[in-house]
Amino acid sequence: METKVATRDVRVRAHGTSAGTDMRVVQVQKSLMTHNDGVAAENRTRFARRLVLNIVSSPGSGKTALMERTVRELASDLAIGVVVGDLETDNDAVRLHGAGAPSVQIVTGAVCHLEAEMVARAVDGLDLDDLDVVVIENVGNLVCPAAWDLGEDLRVTMLSVTEGEDKPLKYPRIFKDADAVIINKIDIAEAVGFDRDRALESVRQVTPNAKLFELSARTGEGMAPWLAWLREQRAAKLA
Amino acid sequence: MHEFSLVMSMLDLAEKTARDDGATRIDAIHLEIGALAGVVPEALEFAFSGARLGTMAEDARLEVDYLPAIAHCGLCDASFELDNRYGVALCPTCGTPSADLRQGRELQLAHLEVV
Repeated sequence: METKVATRDVRVRAHGTSAGTDMRVVQVQKSLMTHNDGVAAENRTRFARRLVLNIVSSPGSGKTALMERTVRELASDLAIGVVVGDLETDNDAVRLHGAGAPSVQIVTGAVCHLEAEMVARAVDGLDLDDLDVVVIENVGNLVCPAAWDLGEDLRVTMLSVTEGEDKPLKYPRIFKDADAVIINKIDIAEAVGFDRDRALESVRQVTPNAKLFELSARTGEGMAPWLAWLREQRAAKLA
Repeated sequence: MHEFSLVMSMLDLAEKTARDDGATRIDAIHLEIGALAGVVPEALEFAFSGARLGTMAEDARLEVDYLPAIAHCGLCDASFELDNRYGVALCPTCGTPSADLRQGRELQLAHLEVV
């Protein structure tokens, strides 16, 4: 379908005037993400054959815990480096370093998402030659990171059982663009009254083709399929 | 509040385009924003009201066309407009959820009015 249809024409603040006779229209038709996407493409070239993931979730869903366990369990076959974004502190990078992963913290200050340029600068702090996989742990936020391509191969969107089964419906874009969806903290699902069927239905309706993992980064339950998928994706990138 | 970042990108692109065209002032900026682009109109307006100061678009209007989300059903080979804001794309003919979003992510600078 080629035709674009405007449902609403919202005029935001009429300040100026186009009454002048010299006014002319300049067609642009360019994405606001043009600059970011250019840097993301450069990142992609630089990452070359390394598998690169962009992990997004709410704050506190367990992104760092998942990466700690992932790094430890894959230590014998894949070297993983992590770029981690937070508004403040380098606590997460310290944790990931403790798990054995070379890690670079991006402190965004007030910025609610990572952009390709931030990742480009951060990657200077990683020795890519030593790495098979780079994981970009985005700022905890299910809205803002959605539009920014960072140069990743795969987008992984995570929710945890404490957050409500309808999370994909509330944050459709970031789930729709996910290559994989992880449901974390399944070890406490029963205690918090998590309705698994309803959650899976929400995920399937919004992102029917995404690979789905249900796991607990804390206990390790359900980790094996996730680790196997990472190995597969890494092999597929090398092929 | 990623709208501020979007507005900064928008102004960079608009000013560069206007300058390349020999313009000295931007009177209007027209955007196309998809229904699933995750942009809040009020946040966009707020960000623009601050960011435009000192730019060629200091007195410009910001006009936004919102584009509905359109998905494609592979089984029926038909495109359809989503009937909800939740990104659920169920084919109206066969009921199958679609992952093939053809429109709705746009964050597009469509055109400028310049002097």
